[in-house]
Amino acid sequence: MKISATWIRDFVSPAVDDRKMADDLTACGIAVEGYYGEGVDLCYEAEVTTNRVDAMNHYGVAREVSAIYDLDLTTVLPVVKEHRAQKPFVIEIEDAQGCARYTARVARGVKIGPAPKEIAHRLGLIDQRSINNVADATNYVLNELGQPTHAFDMDKLEGGKIIVRRAKDGETLTTLDGVERKLTKDDLVIADAVKPVALAGIMGGEASMITESTKNVLIESAWFDPATIRRTARRLGMHTDASHRFERGADYGITSKACARVATLIEQTAGATIEGEIDVVARKLEFPKIKLHGSEVRRILGGEIPEAEIVRILRRLGFGVEGKGGVFTVEVASWRLDVEREIDLIEEIARIYGYLKLPSTLPSFAGAVVELPEAQKNAAMRQRLLALGYNESLSTTFLSQEECTAFGQGEPVRLANPLSEEAAYMRASLVPGLLAQAAYNLNRGNTDVRLFENGHVFEAVGEKVDERARISFIATGNAQQPGVHGKPEAYTFFHMKGDVEQLLAEFEHRTIYFDRHVPEYFHPGRSARAVLDGGTVARFGQIHPEIAAARKLKQDVFVAEIMPERLFQHELRTARYTPVPKYPVVERDFSFVLPEGTEFEKMKAVVEALNIAEMEAFEPVEIFRGGTLPHSKYSFLVRARFQSAERTLRDDEVNSWSQQIMKAMESLGGVLRG
Amino acid sequence: MYNVPKLEDYSAALDKAVNELLAAVETEAQAVADAKACEELRNRWMARKNGVLTQINDLWLKAAPGPNKRDVGQRVNQIRAKVEETIEATQQRIAGSSADARLKAEMIDISLPGIRRSLGVKHPVLKVLDDLIGVFVKMGYSIAEGPEVESDYYNFEALNFPPNHPARDTQDTLFIANQERRPQRDRLLLRTHTSPVQIRSMEKLKPPVRVICPGKVHRNDTPDATHYPVFHQIEGLCVDTNITFADLKGTLEHAMQSLFGSNVKTSFRPSFFPFTEPSVEVSISCPFCGGKGCRPCKQSGWIELLGAGMVDPNVYGFVGYDPAKLSGFAFGMGIERLAMMSYNVDDIQQFFYGDMRFLEQFA
Ligand SMILES: [Zn+2]
Repeated sequence: MKISATWIRDFVSPAVDDRKMADDLTACGIAVEGYYGEGVDLCYEAEVTTNRVDAMNHYGVAREVSAIYDLDLTTVLPVVKEHRAQKPFVIEIEDAQGCARYTARVARGVKIGPAPKEIAHRLGLIDQRSINNVADATNYVLNELGQPTHAFDMDKLEGGKIIVRRAKDGETLTTLDGVERKLTKDDLVIADAVKPVALAGIMGGEASMITESTKNVLIESAWFDPATIRRTARRLGMHTDASHRFERGADYGITSKACARVATLIEQTAGATIEGEIDVVARKLEFPKIKLHGSEVRRILGGEIPEAEIVRILRRLGFGVEGKGGVFTVEVASWRLDVEREIDLIEEIARIYGYLKLPSTLPSFAGAVVELPEAQKNAAMRQRLLALGYNESLSTTFLSQEECTAFGQGEPVRLANPLSEEAAYMRASLVPGLLAQAAYNLNRGNTDVRLFENGHVFEAVGEKVDERARISFIATGNAQQPGVHGKPEAYTFFHMKGDVEQLLAEFEHRTIYFDRHVPEYFHPGRSARAVLDGGTVARFGQIHPEIAAARKLKQDVFVAEIMPERLFQHELRTARYTPVPKYPVVERDFSFVLPEGTEFEKMKAVVEALNIAEMEAFEPVEIFRGGTLPHSKYSFLVRARFQSAERTLRDDEVNSWSQQIMKAMESLGGVLRG
Repeated sequence: MYNVPKLEDYSAALDKAVNELLAAVETEAQAVADAKACEELRNRWMARKNGVLTQINDLWLKAAPGPNKRDVGQRVNQIRAKVEETIEATQQRIAGSSADARLKAEMIDISLPGIRRSLGVKHPVLKVLDDLIGVFVKMGYSIAEGPEVESDYYNFEALNFPPNHPARDTQDTLFIANQERRPQRDRLLLRTHTSPVQIRSMEKLKPPVRVICPGKVHRNDTPDATHYPVFHQIEGLCVDTNITFADLKGTLEHAMQSLFGSNVKTSFRPSFFPFTEPSVEVSISCPFCGGKGCRPCKQSGWIELLGAGMVDPNVYGFVGYDPAKLSGFAFGMGIERLAMMSYNVDDIQQFFYGDMRFLEQFA
């Protein structure tokens, strides 16, 4: 909001310069965030919070100044030379809920012309365009007293009367901006005997607007119900200076004064004769009388503010204050609809007294700090992913419908008012976001990408939304950089599997296995599901080549998805000590020729089923294809390691175990190679 | 090169021959410079076939007449011992110098860059969030969390934003579709602030309450250099008997000094939030320029950082707390803006691209 310092000084003029006055206003809640203009034309760019509609005008700001410096505020008392009405104008309020009070005056014989220089200049200072003497009079009063008023071309009003009523469904009104508005029975209108002539509290009608040929003017100054005005303004997508104020609660007590002030200006600047006031009160607004206790002021603020200071501040702000001895009855001013409770008064006292003058203390505390149940698990995952070389990332929450369907299992969650169609859904997976980030990097020549994200994914369950955590990571490029020290090594499925294994190793479990049950966005031959004690805890592998191609990813990209809701059911691993073996390890290598497609997991299973207690490991060493081998076969070098905690193993027992292993491998079609 | 002579006699000639032989092995040994020469020396003198020692055995000992055999035998043994000793010493000498040579040969260019294993980097926004959490946990605050998809009740109503209140307009809320049939308070939206976690925490906990609520929030903001529809906030809540506005000031002053250093000054001025009263806007003296004026503080020397205030009594009504007995304060702040200022990042969107070159700068 733009405020002229000189205009404030019409009403109160403290002995400080305009800059100091701005600083003091800022400290009490009228935030002056910038200045423009010089000397008497200096203006403030002020931020007034939405609850303080009373301060969105010069007189209101002057009232704050009077409270800050404890100075009297000049009262605005327009003196109207009243002429007897030729024929009394009739105002009827049909809807007392929508319009509590309607004050009007008739100005006859106006000569429409430019406004005088002083008025045009003042309006110009605060960026308001001068239109003509009548329009400027209403605008001047709006910015001075905060009361929106309206001037009708009275001769355009049929039937010589104003009716404040709800519109009829299907009625229309063309507003000042030339737009034809379709009205509903919720909308409050100002009507003449025949038709709506203005949208109450929002905008006048085009048909009754002031023109150069206007002779007689009806001045409207009313109090409209905030919720009613807001509903219509929202429905019609309108926001005007008038609606902004009425929506937030205008001053019920000022309709008469503002009407007279507009009339006086029209009389002075347009040569009109003014008739007597027509003031119709349909509903009397009551203003609360609030009990204020000194003890409550202390309990909330924690500082001692003298009683006299409390009384002074409230009176300067226009509140009526009675009582002493720590208990007061405060009568709220008609322009402060935001003040209803004792706490509202305490805020008024605190802000004018000065937040900075109140003491600073640290509260004592006897409670304990409680950790979130999954804090340690999340921290362990994060720490390990960082150690594995993944950078922590954040990606957007919003996806397109296609992405949601391609990467999510359930019903996607749509936004009612999305930023765009590409961002119309809540993410059902972290994968699309990470893929987009991989593409962003590849397009900029960052060919090695390692990112992880811990975030929420969403799924619709009827009208409700299921929200759960996911941890996903993505990798592409080299696992080992090329350079002076050696050759590059590409990141493969097995790098990712190793990282997944490292992460899962953080958690207690009895069994783990990997199989090929994965969603369709994975490469079917190079992806896996990890199952921990029977529960799916992760899915990972290479992105399907078609998806990679559609996203213009020109290198193999790998992603992993961890499901914390299942993984975190497992406790974090507790370290356990077993004595380091004293006796030597015996190793035996076996080279088998196996049918193509025989998986190592199966070999391991049949060998482990032998239950050789001393077999400490069974591990793959080398795989060979081609040469003299037919296409249907491949050769696999495996190594068994035997060790006993109690003794050195004998050759004959190791040989016997080796025989058992060979037999087991034969059951899978394995043939020992010479 | 030494040749084994035949002996003319077994007295004077033997003495002379022995001396010449011992002198010769010494001379030849001294001439040895490398392992190969050393091996040749050993072969020449000690080879079973035709080595010098074998030769003297044949030419001197075997040829000696009976009475001299014993004496010659002794002399030959002494020679053998001496020769073996000399050759052994030579071998030792050569081995020592070749270890030196090996070390010399194994020298590398230590000025080449090291082989680094890359470590992951924490996201700068979450790092700033971690720092903030750390400060408040030390002050006795527990961490609380809530959902990103919230109901109208938690995001607005229980925070004293009545239905259709203009204060709701400032929130640029994103709404979940298909909620029309539900009562207004159950309708889902993306939380526009972390403040709903205040309500959820008070519902769950009995006073005294001290919680800090970090999290992600969303607004219907078109992305540009200073706006992004996704961002993070941290919210704090302290409710007990006798918590005052002075405690709010002291707590935030202490927290700001823990974060930005003890020279940082804190300023409070009135503001408006529906769920606090009195409400305050908290600024700190610019920690980047010390108050002289710089880009982050827009040359003003001050940075607006937090919104705060005493919890509005209406809020207690929603959670079943007695406002006559309890009081408390709440505060909240945006994380991205602080991270932008801390690291001099000029575009908020950078935080959400996942650009490796950007992220790795925060190692
Ligand atoms: Zn600065």
